[in-house]
Order: sequence, then C-alpha cells, then structure tokens
Amino acid sequence: MISTVRKRSVDEEEEEEQLVPFDQNVSADGQEEDADGDLTDSEESIFSGLEDSGSDSDDEEEDDDKDAGQKITAKVKKIRRKKIPSEEDILKEKASPEEKPGQSKETEPQAPTVDEYEHDTSDEEDIRNTVGNIPMEWYKDYPHVGYDLDGKKIYKPIRNKDELDEFLNKMDNPEYWRTVHDKQTQSDIILTDEQVELVKRLQRGQFGDVNFNEYEPSVDFFTGEVMIHPVTNRPEDKRSFIPSLIEKEKVSKMVHAIKMGWIKPRKPRQSHIGQYYDIWATEDTTSILGRHKMHVPAPKMALPGHAESYNPPPEYLMTEEERLAWEQQDPEDRKLPFLPRKFPNLRSVPAFSRFIHERFERCLDLYLCPRQRKMRVNVNPEDLIPSLPKPRDLQPFPTTQALVYKGHTSLIRSISVSPTGQWLASGSDDSTVRLWEVCSARCLKTIPVGGAVKSVAWNPNPSVCLLAVALNSTVLLINPGVGDKLVSTTTDQLIQSYEAPDEELAKQPVTWSVTEGEELSLGLRLKIEHPKAVRQVTWHGKGDYLASVMPDPSSNQQVLIHQVSKRRSQNPFRKSKGAVQCVSFHPVRPYFFVATQRSVRIYNLIKQELSKKLMSNSKWISSMAIHPAGDNLICGSYDCKLGWFDLDLSTKPYKVLRHHKKAVRGVAYHKHHPLFASASDDGSVIVCHGMVYNDLLQNPLIVPVKVLKGHVITSDLGVLDVTFHPTQPWLFSSGADATIRLFT
Amino acid sequence: MGGVQKKKFERGCATNYITRNKARKKLQLSLADFRRLCILKGIYPHEPKNKKKVNKGSTAPRTFYLLKDIRFLLHEPIVGNFRAYKIFVRKLRKAYGKSEWTRVERLRDNKPAYKLDHVIKERYPTFTDALRDVDDAVSMCFLFSTFARTGKCHVQSIQLCRRLTVEWMNFVIMSRALRKVFLSIKGIYYQAEVLGQPITWLVPYQFAHDHPTDVDYRVMSTFTEFYTTLLGFINFRLYQTINLVYPPKLDSKELKTEDEEDYAMDSETALEKLSALSSSLARVVSTVEEEEAELDHFPAEEEDMEKMQEREKEQKEQEAQKKLFDGLKVFLNREVPRESLAFILRCFGAEVSWDKSVCIGATFDVTDETITHQIVDRPDMDKQYMNRYYIQPQWVYDCVNAKVVLPVADYFLGVTLPPHLSPFVVEKEGDYVPPEKLKIMALQRGEKPVQEEEEEEEEEDDEDEDEEDDEEDDEEEADEMNLKEMEQQRSQGKSLPVKVTPGKVKLENRARLEQEEKAEEKRLAIMMMKKREKHLYDKIMFGKKRTIREANKLAVKRKAHDDASKADKKKKGKKQ
Repeated sequence: MISTVRKRSVDEEEEEEQLVPFDQNVSADGQEEDADGDLTDSEESIFSGLEDSGSDSDDEEEDDDKDAGQKITAKVKKIRRKKIPSEEDILKEKASPEEKPGQSKETEPQAPTVDEYEHDTSDEEDIRNTVGNIPMEWYKDYPHVGYDLDGKKIYKPIRNKDELDEFLNKMDNPEYWRTVHDKQTQSDIILTDEQVELVKRLQRGQFGDVNFNEYEPSVDFFTGEVMIHPVTNRPEDKRSFIPSLIEKEKVSKMVHAIKMGWIKPRKPRQSHIGQYYDIWATEDTTSILGRHKMHVPAPKMALPGHAESYNPPPEYLMTEEERLAWEQQDPEDRKLPFLPRKFPNLRSVPAFSRFIHERFERCLDLYLCPRQRKMRVNVNPEDLIPSLPKPRDLQPFPTTQALVYKGHTSLIRSISVSPTGQWLASGSDDSTVRLWEVCSARCLKTIPVGGAVKSVAWNPNPSVCLLAVALNSTVLLINPGVGDKLVSTTTDQLIQSYEAPDEELAKQPVTWSVTEGEELSLGLRLKIEHPKAVRQVTWHGKGDYLASVMPDPSSNQQVLIHQVSKRRSQNPFRKSKGAVQCVSFHPVRPYFFVATQRSVRIYNLIKQELSKKLMSNSKWISSMAIHPAGDNLICGSYDCKLGWFDLDLSTKPYKVLRHHKKAVRGVAYHKHHPLFASASDDGSVIVCHGMVYNDLLQNPLIVPVKVLKGHVITSDLGVLDVTFHPTQPWLFSSGADATIRLFT
Repeated sequence: MGGVQKKKFERGCATNYITRNKARKKLQLSLADFRRLCILKGIYPHEPKNKKKVNKGSTAPRTFYLLKDIRFLLHEPIVGNFRAYKIFVRKLRKAYGKSEWTRVERLRDNKPAYKLDHVIKERYPTFTDALRDVDDAVSMCFLFSTFARTGKCHVQSIQLCRRLTVEWMNFVIMSRALRKVFLSIKGIYYQAEVLGQPITWLVPYQFAHDHPTDVDYRVMSTFTEFYTTLLGFINFRLYQTINLVYPPKLDSKELKTEDEEDYAMDSETALEKLSALSSSLARVVSTVEEEEAELDHFPAEEEDMEKMQEREKEQKEQEAQKKLFDGLKVFLNREVPRESLAFILRCFGAEVSWDKSVCIGATFDVTDETITHQIVDRPDMDKQYMNRYYIQPQWVYDCVNAKVVLPVADYFLGVTLPPHLSPFVVEKEGDYVPPEKLKIMALQRGEKPVQEEEEEEEEEDDEDEDEEDDEEDDEEEADEMNLKEMEQQRSQGKSLPVKVTPGKVKLENRARLEQEEKAEEKRLAIMMMKKREKHLYDKIMFGKKRTIREANKLAVKRKAHDDASKADKKKKGKKQ
C-alpha cells in the first residue's frame, strides 16, 4: 500500500510540476510557495538521498528559488526512473539544458517584466512546446506537434525526412554526428564541443563537471593528535563532584533485587572435566525398582547379513527382475530395505544416502513404538502331532485295491452288498442295475430298469432275496435270483402269497402293483409308484419294512414307510421339517433317523414322538450311517465334514473330522469290525478306526487308518457311494468313473 | 440385588493405561516437551493386550502409556526445568523486544540447564544394564561426530560426540575388546565385547552428509543429549576398570612434542593426538601389564567338565584372536580409511603408521624397512619395496572375522577381491552357507587351502577342476537331497529318484516301504490334529519350507554364476 501511495503522490507532484509554468505565469510567488510547501516534505521522505545531491549543486546557483531546486530534483528522479536510458535519450536530455539559455533569451523580450527563467536550469518544461511530457507519437497524424506559449500551433517541417535524406545528410553533413533530433520541437540541434565533451564524460562514468575533484583529501571531524588545550575551557560541573542520586537509586534497586533473589549471580561455567564421575560406584540392589523388572527393553538393531556387504557373494546380488520387483514394492513390504550392491574395491564405496534416515527411524522406534512382551512359541512341530495308536496295531482294515468291477457306462450312484456277502448290486445312471459276484468281479446280471437308478438296497434278511431299487418316482422290488435257489423261490412265494385284505384300507399314498410279463422274467416283482421322485430307499433290519425318501421341503409327504408283507404304506409325518436328505432305521430298536439339511431327528416309532434332534454344525448333510450298536452315528456333509455323534453324550457332534478336501458323498459303518469309511468328491475314501467301547465312560476312539485312492474324478465327481462287506474287512466304493472298486 | 450399578471401563485394564494426549495434559507439557521427557526418561508406549477394552470400546488407533509411567514422570525434576526454560524464553523475547541488552545478557547467563545424571542412574541401576543399552548410544555419537558444524545441531554437542567416540575407541584398543568388523554398504560395523556384553555399532563412511529434510533433528539431538551423558559415564567407568586415566592422556613415554606447533591450541592437539589412535594411553598404575587371568580348575562333574573345556577352548581362541596382528608393522596409504584401519589394527596388536601429512601421530615413515604390510587401495603403485606386502584393506577386515591371518595372495594390488562376508550371520542347519565361508571355516580348522592359483597356472587342469566341481556339486547335491528329504517327509514322497540296482531291490524296497509307512502314519496323524494346532503346525512348516526354498534359490543362483564364470574362463583360455 505504502509504495502505491507514494507513487501516487509522486504522480501528483509531476502533475503539479507540469502545471507550474502556467501557475507561474499567472499567479504570484507566495501562493506558489504555499502550494509546494507540503510537496517538499513528501519528496524528502521518499528521495532524501537523491535530494541531497541534487540540492547541493543547486544551492550554489540559486539560493532562493526553492521551486527551481525542486524541479531539478524531480528531473533527476525521472532520469532514474528510466531504467536503461538509451544513448539517444541521454543525448537529448543533456541537450535540453543547453537549450535553456537560448530559449530564455528568446522569451526575455516577450516577457520582460517577469524574468522567471533567467536562472532556470530546469529542462523539464521545454517551453517552446507546451504539450508537456507526453509521447510525441500522439501527434503523429497531425500537422503540428504542439502549441507554443501563445497557444499557437507548432507545425511540423513541411517535408519529412526519409531514409534517403537521412543517408545523404549523414554523408554530406560534417556535423551529422553531433546532431540530435528533438522530437518535441521537431528540430535538429547541433551539440557544441562542450556538450559533446559532457556527454562523453558521462558515458565514461565521470562527473559532469570537469573541475570537480573526486579525491579531495578527507578532513577528519576530530583530529587524532592530542591537543594541549582542552576544547572547552568550561569548569567542571558541581554535579560531577556530588554522588549521583539517580545512580544511587539504580544501585539500590539492584541491591534490592539481589537481596530478594530476583537477580541471581552468574553461575560458574561448568567445565567438562568434572562432568563425568563413577555414577555406578555404589550399586545397591535397592535401586532396582519394580519398574526395571517391568521394563521391556527395546530389541537391538538387526545385525547385517551377507547381502549388506560392500562386496557380497554373487548369489546375494539381485537379478534384473528381482530388482524391478523390489523397486515396485512398497518400502514397507520389501524384504531387504536396501539394494545389495557390489563394489570392486573399498575406495569406490559411496556414502549411504539413507544413513541419517535409518538412525532417525531407530530413534522413532525407540520412543514411539508401543512395546509388548510376546511369548514366542518355540514349538517343535513334531510335538504338535498327536500320538495315535499305530494303524498297524488296528488291523484289519482295507489297505489295497483288490478288484475293479467294470461294466457300467455311467456314474454309479449306489451300491449294496447282499447280507451273505456274496453278491453286490449296483445302480447306475445308465438305467441298469447290475449284479456282481464279489469274489470274481463277474457281472451276473444286468437288469434294465428304464431310468437312472438313484438307490439300491439289499434286504438285510438273509432268508429273503430281495433288492429294492429307487428310480424316478418308483421303487422296484427285484428278486435277482442269484445265489441259493431255495431262498429265491421262497422269496417269490412270499410275494405271491399276499392276499388282499378284506376290509378296504384308507387311501394309500402310493400304489402297489405286481409286475407281469417281461419285467417278471427280468426279476422285477413289485412296483411301488410314488407321487414324486424317490431319492433313497432303505430297509429295516428285519427286512419287512422299507422306507423311501422323496425330498421336497414343501410337502409333508417326504418319507414313506412301506410294509412289504402287507403291501401297505404310510406317511409317518404330518408336517414337513425341511428337505429330508436321507433316512435310516435303528438297527435294533424302534427308532427312525431322519436327516434334514442341517440336523438329524430321531423319532421313536412306537411312541410316535421326536426323541432327539442332533445339530450337525454343517451346512448340508449328504449322508448318514448308524453304528451297528446303535449308539453312534456319523454324518457326512457337502462342506467336507464328517461328524461323529455319540447319542448318549450330546446333540452336538462328539468329533468333527475335516479329512476330505471336497464334499463328502457317502459314509458307512462296518457291521462287525470297528471301522467306518467316508467317500468324497476328491476321489478318495478314508477308512477310520472307530472303536466304541462298552464302558459308557470311555469315549469312542477315532483313528484314521487308511486313505484309499483309485477312483478317477470325472466331471468334478469322485466317489459317490461306499459300503462295507458284511463280514470281511472289505470295502466297496462306486465312483463317477463308472467303476466299482473293492479294497481289501 | 441392589447396590450401585457397575460402570464399564472403571476397573481392570482400562485403568492401567492412559492415552498420550491425556498423559500430556496430566503433566501439563507441550507435545514437544513431552516427547523430550519421554526420550530422556526412556518412557515408551505399551501395547495393551486387549486394546478395545483399554480404548473404552473404541477401535480408533491410539498409543497408550502405562499410567504408572506417567505418574512416575510427575515427580521428575526435569519437568520443572522445562517450565523454567519456557519462562526463560518468554523473558528473553521480552527483553529483546525492549532492546534491554544488559537484561538479555544477564538472562542468557542464567539460562536454565539440567543434568541427566540422575536419569542415567535411575534408568540403569547397574553398570551392566547401561552396557546393554550402549549400542545405540555409540552409533548415534559416531554419526553426530561426523556431522559438519553447520547448525543442524550445536557445535558443542558435535565436539562432545567426537571426544566421546575417540575415548571409546581408545578404550576398545586398550582393552583389545574388538571381535568382529564388517564393511557394509551402509558403513562399517564393529562389534566389541565389553565385560561380556557384545556391543555393536555402525560408523558411516567418511563423507559429507546431505541432510534430509524429512528428519526431525530435534528428536535426534535430544537422543544425543542423553546418549552423550550415558556414554561419558560409561567411558569413565570403563577407563577405571582397566586402570586408565580419565580423561585419557597419552602415555608420557611415547609422547613426542615435535609437531605440536602445527596446532593452535593445546586442547585441540590433545584430542587430535588421541583421535590418531596411534599411541597407548597413560595408566593410573603405570607399571605392570595386566596379567592374563587364567581359569582356575575346579573339580567338576562330567557334564560340567565338557562345558568347562568348551569355555577354556573359547578363552584360548579369544586370546589368540587378541594377538592376531602382533608383530606386524603396517603402513596405511593415504587413500584408505585411516581411522577405521588404525583402530582395528591397533586393536589386534599391530603397529600402525601413515604419512605425516595425513594426520598427526605418525610413528614411522614409508621408507621404514621393517614395515611388513602396506595397505593400499589403488590399482598400482610406482615405488614398491621388496620386503613388504602391498594389500587391499579388505584383508584386515577378513582376517579379523576369520580369526586367523589369511593368506595375502587374494588381496594383492589390483586383484579382484574375494567376497566379503558378514561375521554376524550364524548359519543353522539347513541354511545356505556360501562356499567362501566354508573355505574360511576349513582354514580355521587348520586345513591347508587349495592352491588354486598354481592350478590355474598349470595349464588347464580340466580334470582337476572338474573333480573339484564334482566335490562342490556333491556337496550341493547332498544339501539338496537333504532338503528334498525334508520336504518329502512332509508331502509324502512321490517316488524318490533313487538308483535301484538289481541286487539291492529288496532292501531298498523295505526301507522305502518303511519310510512310506511312516510318512503315511504321520499324514494320518496330522489329519487328526486339532484345528488350532494344525494352524500352528502349518505356519511352522510354511516357514521352514520358505527358508529351504530361499536356501535352494541362493544355491541355484550361485551355481549358475559359477558355471557362467567358468565358461567365460574357458573361452578366454581358448582365445589365448
């Protein structure tokens, strides 16, 4: 702000100055002085330094005329304001004062009364032209260049000089070099010798005045010599003999301040000699506080490895890719905080640019980093492995693949072994049921049933030869006619001996029908038509009852129990409790197990009530098997888990085994041996030893004993069903690769 | 029933901790002052076990201090001093404002200052505690002593750091405590064993620092303030323990007054001479060289006996290392790092000198005929004396680390140096060991090094070389085999690549069967692990596998490099 204000004042000044001539012409001196009075002040404040120099020279010439002095200073100012005055400008500037005398001579006769310009050295106002200090280009298009003092136009010379004229002039005129064109008056001025000399001197940086001596001897203000006489002869003051009151006051103040302790004496400067002493000379144990025991010492800086060496072994240097990867990583993620480098010798090792950084970071760590005592587990991983009984001691269990039953063309969903253990039935998606002899892997019979077989189940009663097969919405009872002829014929007789009851039964949910003709010759005996697709069939232990599953969460008719001897069916449940996955009869007692998606319900068939509900902790149960003693249950689920439930213990699984990598499809218990197996989509069957003790206090012992592999995974399906041989420790598994394998 | 309802976070761990801001308010200090106080008093934040409880249910990231620590700070006299300093600054500003120069001067004279002696005593009640923490102090002092005196920190503190580090180095020399040295790309690491404590410090190379802008020098100088005090007291005590005069004085017998007029001030000369590290220090009891403390033999039982023997052996080794360079006369050329080399060589008993124009304190000239080694770091020397070795500086460092005087052949002028290995790496089983280290270990055991150069000179002993290679390869293979086996045990071997000879089929099979059986057993057992243990086990195994992988990678890289270099050599040989 201040600067702008100042500038403005300067501008005003200039205006004033330009006005001055008119004023001077018109008004009296006194007025003018008044007007300029304050101007002087302002000017002094701004250009005080310049003013001095300017006024010095002026003072000699004119002592009285202050105004003139002012103007000169203003002129100097202007020169200063032009940053780099060109040569021509300088010439012009210098020329104009020379003009003055002549000009004043001209004006003298015109105004003889007031001779203002007699001593006026100011070149500011070229009074021949009154336009003032304006760019003369403004008059470019006019015939005149301004107005003289009488207000008449000053005309330009008629003929403008062109380049040629200029050139001719340059060639012809010997005075050309000292001719200067004055734009304001459009006239050429020829400089005199003195003027030329002045210009030259100025160009050389010398003083304009030839006679001025730059190097005058300096006169000291005070002489260095000791004078014999005093400068003043004044007698000493009286006060110099009287104690000073003021000083006394000051001293007393200080004394008071010292007494009060406000001013302290200067401390003695401590020398570093005695700075250190034996601070631990008396190490008493009492000085160890509780704090020190609680203290968590900062870990020391990590010691450098081979990679940090200035000349590391070549394997520690980074390859190009490693280096790029290193550079792209975040500084926090980098394993090494520096790039390993190799130098041929010690003299070529440069300074480490991050040295101060690293030390600073260490400092930050020391005082900013939260510390915590952490117990580092120093465990031998071998100790973590539980010590289990050796599988060798838990034999027998299936260990090797013995036979492969080939014949099916599509995936085999279900297999079942006859109660004698001689025959194996398998149901496949290629719409056939095949009967195999276990020992020879021979396919005895192929029964086309006209639909993908979902489930097959041998009647567990050894005196009956009957196979239940579930496909689409029908359950077929087939007499395969293998093995003992007697059994086969008795079975047929049993079926034929049925007599329709006298009284009309209540409407049955299914229709029973006897097969005829070709189907009969194939072995099909009975057909049970269900309202919906059947997923699973399972026999009761006695072999008279048969349960079928039609999973559909919306209906209450999901599970049906059929009695073969009476050809009766009933729906045991009034209400649906979610989609039923599979069902099973208790091997000895009248219980019925129903596995829904996430839980297993156990119903008492006699009391007709829910006796228990087991929570499986899995997402989706796939299969279920009941221990032959009936107190334990395993549950496979699609989320790779196998849960072992101890019915006496809890409704939660006693143990959850996550052995499989993929969904568990089937589980099975062995009838006599303490074995169970699980089949999974990862193509493996895991056989575990599952010992249940008669002592109720002892928990079952579960030890995985063998991982059996052999099935090929086809279209993401591995082993679909697994079952044990009723007497031998053999295991059958059926897979999506259309084979059945026997492991012994 | 009844009673006042319990409020949350008013008992238990929530009351043991305090956030930084609250602590600051409790102490009525500005953040900068609080920081200084924490640095000086060694108070650090604690990580609570249950952060959410301590944080009153919030999960915002906060730093917590122990409330006890902060209470402890309440009674700190330094806090009062901080406040006094604040007032002092205020007064000073006022005096400046009023242009009361006498007052300014007086105030400056009475500038409040504090001592940290009590803090040292309090933080380190015993000398051993202090020694344990001296690593950072020494490193920091070495860094500060290399700073230019340009206003990043006070000149006095730089001078003090320099003095303390020189004293420290002199002590290490006099007690011959240096154990390991390492030339890294960051600087030179030293490790000394002082009163049984290993102390490691890092000295930057002698270059001007370009001071980074994102470093808070106030924090650093606060640390330095504390560290200089600590190091000073430690130095005092250490000098006392080996009967040296503190502040250190040069031994008067060796003191020469020739070039004293080169330096303006006596004090300066003294420090310069000390920092030359060329002469020993004055002792309080100036007579006897300390006797070697021999281990007394105690009747001990067998187990202890073994330990005793081990200890004795170690002791002997150390003694031998202390006299590693005894009798050597080493001259340092002007281009090698004088201070570091003089320090190390003197630590192990060599006599060192250098050109007079390099530094004060040179004891003999280049022309001395008794010089055994001259350390040079330039490609070639014009004038060479016959009876001395011209070697590169790395030799000294490698000798110290190997604890034996290595053959000088690998370190001659202009020779490609063997890799410089870190002495701080302790290889465990299964870790990668660079072949150079194996060589050095063989040397330590006293085996004769294979004269490789002669071999090279003798034509092209391809066979020899190949044999050698085979040996190396065998080693590597063995290593790899081991590693593979280790991996196999985990992932159950899929058919070992074992050579099967007809006669041994059965044996092999049986062994293999057994192995397989075991592996399967293990796998089955792993299946039965509890989830938590399994997780831990997997983690451990992952770590192990990673180390194995890294070691393998290094080995492969090395082999590739060796092969490449060998091929190069052969090519060159053929061209010749």
